[in-house]
Amino acid sequence: MIQWRPVYVICYREFVKFFREKSRLLGTIARPLLWLFVVGNGMASLIRPQTGFSYLQFIFPGMIGMTILFSSIFSSISIVWDREFGFMKEMLVAPISRLSIVIGKAISGTLISVAQAIIIMLFIPFLGLQMTIVQFLEVVVVSVLVSFCITSLGILIAARLTSFDGFNIIMNFLVMPMLFLSGAMYPVNSMPAALRHLTVINPLTYGIDAFKHVLLRQSTPPLGPEFPLSRDIAIVSILSISILSLAALSFRKKD
Amino acid sequence: MSVIFAQNLTKQFKALKAVDGISFSVEEGETFGFLGPNGAGKTTTINILCTLLSPSGGKAEISGFDCTTRPDAVRASIGLLFQDTTLDMGLTAYENLKFHAYLYNLDKALTEKRIDEMLGVVELQGRKYELVKNFSGGMKRRLEIARGLLHYPRVLFLDEPTLGLDPQTRSTIWDFIHALRRREKITVFMTTHYMEEAENCDRIAIIDHGRIIAEGTPSKLKQLVRGDMIHLVTDDNQIALKEIRERFHLTAREESGMLAVEAEKGDEFIPRLIRGLSVPTLSVSITKPTLNDVFLKLTGRTIRDDALQNAKEVTREFVRSHRRAQR
Repeated sequence: MIQWRPVYVICYREFVKFFREKSRLLGTIARPLLWLFVVGNGMASLIRPQTGFSYLQFIFPGMIGMTILFSSIFSSISIVWDREFGFMKEMLVAPISRLSIVIGKAISGTLISVAQAIIIMLFIPFLGLQMTIVQFLEVVVVSVLVSFCITSLGILIAARLTSFDGFNIIMNFLVMPMLFLSGAMYPVNSMPAALRHLTVINPLTYGIDAFKHVLLRQSTPPLGPEFPLSRDIAIVSILSISILSLAALSFRKKD
Repeated sequence: MSVIFAQNLTKQFKALKAVDGISFSVEEGETFGFLGPNGAGKTTTINILCTLLSPSGGKAEISGFDCTTRPDAVRASIGLLFQDTTLDMGLTAYENLKFHAYLYNLDKALTEKRIDEMLGVVELQGRKYELVKNFSGGMKRRLEIARGLLHYPRVLFLDEPTLGLDPQTRSTIWDFIHALRRREKITVFMTTHYMEEAENCDRIAIIDHGRIIAEGTPSKLKQLVRGDMIHLVTDDNQIALKEIRERFHLTAREESGMLAVEAEKGDEFIPRLIRGLSVPTLSVSITKPTLNDVFLKLTGRTIRDDALQNAKEVTREFVRSHRRAQR
């Protein structure tokens, strides 16, 4: 059902294009760094967390989550570009299963997001933060899970989006709310009840909570992790599989 | 056995019947053309044959495989050139071809061999590592032909292969296709709304409003028009038109300030015609019938009547390429 050569070449194409388009690379790295250096340091003087670590430290897990969120959505939205510019037809008339295309896009989106998360972590020494090798590896593992989940979600949306006019709507009504309602910048439990219900259905909430387990291990709520790690991992994994299955199904539909 | 076989093929889009009970078959090595104006159902038929659309009714087969139930077998045996380019502008020629080869499961050594071979066929060896976005329209088209042939398909589909290209590039593309047909025994299925292009086919089906209204070799179709086409301009075309119809009992039409008259043995008829008209004749010419005349005869319209639609298409193409450039 899954043909691996096509999956490989779909990933190969995405990587070639990712490293060729310097502006995209720069943009995705610049955004979290801006948050960390400017917003993080700006807010740090206002907010003095009682638990003994800085605001910068608090938002770092969230910024890894944000990097993954934007990168994964951008990667999967490339499907809409492919369709608009006709390249999708090249894949659709090839003797490969639709599932191979979906898996190829999911894996390439995941790998590119993880690569960007790693790039962000390279800036840790400049932020005055500390991280052990074990923590680094744990973040990479969690990144793979979270990236795969968000990329699948993006593919599901892209499979239904017929033109890139819908892209702004996705950015404003999905990506930004997902970021703001994820616990990336403030604890989920400090939000009003109405908003808190929305954070519960946001996959990114659990992803970022898992990053907090790895990076803010000693701290407790409100600033530390708010859910058990096992629950975070389970929810992200189950969501990944079900969203990707849905995406594969909606990709199979012909007119 | 026919390589392409369609029986009573139908495709219904909501209110529109894009393809309305089409039947035809194409033999191995044949070049078969669909000729018709925009919106006649040509691309829809190709999309059904290449498994991108499922038919609402009827049956389609490629190499004996049913397009609905064996799409993978069908896809492995066809190569395609769509109306709009399907190249990745952000990749090099080599990368585009490599992508294709891997989708069709050619192994690594074969991939490199075929890429060089096909780039040679379309004379793009020197551009192998250049980004496709820097290619001219004709080069892009040639690269697409190379890509469509990379996996040695049995059938090559060409959907308006030279749309939007200048006449010179158009004839270069045709030279390639002809050379290719001499070399390999490939079956070609093409659509076009250019009459001159359809004359390159062994057999043509004229399609209008989703139906095949005539089918045969170009010369056989031209016999549908009874003789020669005489074009003349007179002092008063309206009077002349009336007189041709009443005195000579011939079919005649006025198109763009010129009268088109269909007559047998036109060369002998012209002197009689000029003498028989009460208005002075300003100019006269005689041509052998073209497929355009056949289409006119069958539908009462020229394909050029769709000029407005063509203009829209050009605009769309412009917007697309503009967006591409912005990317």
